[in-house]
Amino acid sequence: MELLVIGLNHNTAPIQIRECLAFPQDRLGEALSKVHALASVKEDMIVSTCNRVEVYASTRATEKAIYDLKEFLSQYHGISLKEFEKSLYCHVGEEAVRHIFRVASSLDSMVLGEPQILGQIKDAYDISQQAKTSGLILHRLLHRAFHVAKKVRTETKIAISAVSVSSVAVELAEKIFGTLERKTVLLIGAGEMCELAARHLVSGGAERILVANRTCERAVSLAQEFRGEAIPFEDMAQGLKKSDIVISATNSPRYLIEQDQVTRVMRDRKQKPIFFIDIADPRDIEPNVGDMENVYLYNIDDLQKVANENIKDREKEAQKAEAIVQDEVVKFVSWYRSLDVTPTIVALRKKFDEIRKKELEKTLSLHPDLSDKEKKSLEALTSAIINKILHTPITLLKQTNEEAMADLYLDALQTLFGLPGKSLEAFFEKCEEGKEKEEANFEDAF
Amino acid sequence: MDILFFKVASFLYLFGTLAYLAYVFFLKRVLSRVAAAIVSVGFAFHTLAILTRYFEAGYTPVTNLYESLSFFAWMMIGLLLVANLKYKVRVLGSFLTPIALILMLFAFALPKEIFPLAPVLKSFWHPFHVIFAFLGNAIFTLTFCFGVMYLIQEHQVKAKKMGAIAKRLPSLNLLDDLSYLSLKFGFPLLTLGIITGAVWAEYAWGRYWNWDPKETWSLITWLLYAALLHQRMTVGWRGRKAAMMAIVGFVAVLFTFLGVNLLLPGLHTYSKWQ
Repeated sequence: MELLVIGLNHNTAPIQIRECLAFPQDRLGEALSKVHALASVKEDMIVSTCNRVEVYASTRATEKAIYDLKEFLSQYHGISLKEFEKSLYCHVGEEAVRHIFRVASSLDSMVLGEPQILGQIKDAYDISQQAKTSGLILHRLLHRAFHVAKKVRTETKIAISAVSVSSVAVELAEKIFGTLERKTVLLIGAGEMCELAARHLVSGGAERILVANRTCERAVSLAQEFRGEAIPFEDMAQGLKKSDIVISATNSPRYLIEQDQVTRVMRDRKQKPIFFIDIADPRDIEPNVGDMENVYLYNIDDLQKVANENIKDREKEAQKAEAIVQDEVVKFVSWYRSLDVTPTIVALRKKFDEIRKKELEKTLSLHPDLSDKEKKSLEALTSAIINKILHTPITLLKQTNEEAMADLYLDALQTLFGLPGKSLEAFFEKCEEGKEKEEANFEDAF
Repeated sequence: MDILFFKVASFLYLFGTLAYLAYVFFLKRVLSRVAAAIVSVGFAFHTLAILTRYFEAGYTPVTNLYESLSFFAWMMIGLLLVANLKYKVRVLGSFLTPIALILMLFAFALPKEIFPLAPVLKSFWHPFHVIFAFLGNAIFTLTFCFGVMYLIQEHQVKAKKMGAIAKRLPSLNLLDDLSYLSLKFGFPLLTLGIITGAVWAEYAWGRYWNWDPKETWSLITWLLYAALLHQRMTVGWRGRKAAMMAIVGFVAVLFTFLGVNLLLPGLHTYSKWQ
């Protein structure tokens, strides 16, 4: 049984193509069932976000499955394969495992260390469980992926510092004020940028929002969104006095806030610090203001510079993360391989044991007057012979890591001893009833 | 016996300081815990040193330069441990322990014998004057550290550098608040230290104030901190100005404590009593 993933992401396809291939959440269950119905696919899961569309599947016929899945994508979305085939990537086996571990750990994301992707993958997995299209292999794979993602987050600093302009602003505000609680934010201008910045500050804990805009209605509607207060544009000085953080994003061609005004405001505020964020272009706030004591002034470029520095740090951490992922991939693949070996070993033992029991019975019935001690002795003898015979081959089988050799041995064993099919399926079916055995195998492999 | 405890404490402070410096360099939280633990054990030995000396000598052991340096360092470390419990500014240790360590190393090099108490020091006022004055000054050492940290952090934010250094220091607001808080504790203690000193002087030498170098410089120190406190309370001085003033005040503290003893002779000079 082979694992495979086929898909495209922000690195391989532009948004126009990604849009066409995306699966809406409410139709995902139906799509999953359609894929599941394909003969070549055993289990499947679909991950569809604004940055990637991927189909994960387990199959016994890898080449056919790849072909079928590509056809499925083309037919389901009504786009000819030619149009998106070159954007598709396809990973099989160990590469597929590495791919999902990396994606879940946010190493494949547009922004390294972003937290959303893990939740998105969890959702995709839940939906596939509800649609009953994922089985034991995907179950193990996904749970391991979640584990790896958590490990990467806690053991590296990949998700620690702020990498977007708004989160940098929040971090800075916290470096100045300690906490955003009970702090007042003044928005000058009521455009989208202002709203976005305010939203971030509010989620960071800021409590009071004041909005000043030339058009009264805009100010009022924006203020209402944050349960804040709209103040008349002319009263801006009063607003400054009451505010700890000021975000300015108007399209005024001149400076709205100048040094003299700020000097007076600071005196009125008894020098309580103010953090100005000037998002406007041309700038709203006179740059000298930033040199004043207890006044901090950042414009968009400054914030972006800090964000870029932090991104560089994340990239350094990413190397550590890749090492963790590689480690986990090796562990997972080795466990996965053992799955093939285990049922064969079990079948082999069973066959030998059946032979032993039959022959022992025959012999015992020929000698009914044997004492219990002697019967036990025979039992022990026959068992010991079987165990000794099987010991070397079984140990060797368990230790063989190279897939080609393992397959060769397994095949030979099954042919030579007439064992019931090299059936991962049969193994799993048994395990449906006896999950504890499977848990034990999983733990043993680690 | 007390000297042995002192030496052990000094070594532990040395390792604690190194651990704190490693913490500020590598930013691994566990290092700050290890450092705090080492320093705590050192403090325990240091406390033993002072207590045993007290019992052996029969008087409060702050009578010469060796004892004063040890006592000052002891108070600083004690305050550090208290601050750690209450305020969790882990990086404070990285600034404070080196100062305490320098005092201990200085003391290490001095003669440590216990001499019979000079008659002029035999007074009910001795322990009070000494404890108030030293505690006040030790608290001002914390104010100094907060001031230094504030200036460093402020420079980072103003220069738009939010990198390694900024990450290691707490927020400007917290540093300023703690600076102000320590000032409010330290100033009354220093005041009491000066008052008890004056009352004692009246008993011992027949006058409250003689403008000897120690007295003069303590007054200068006191005036500096009084000005800082006043400016903070009325005009709303905060941030950089207050931090710089805290640094200037600490220089005055050091001069009053050490400079006077080593450079300007007078009644207060320990060297005279040896």
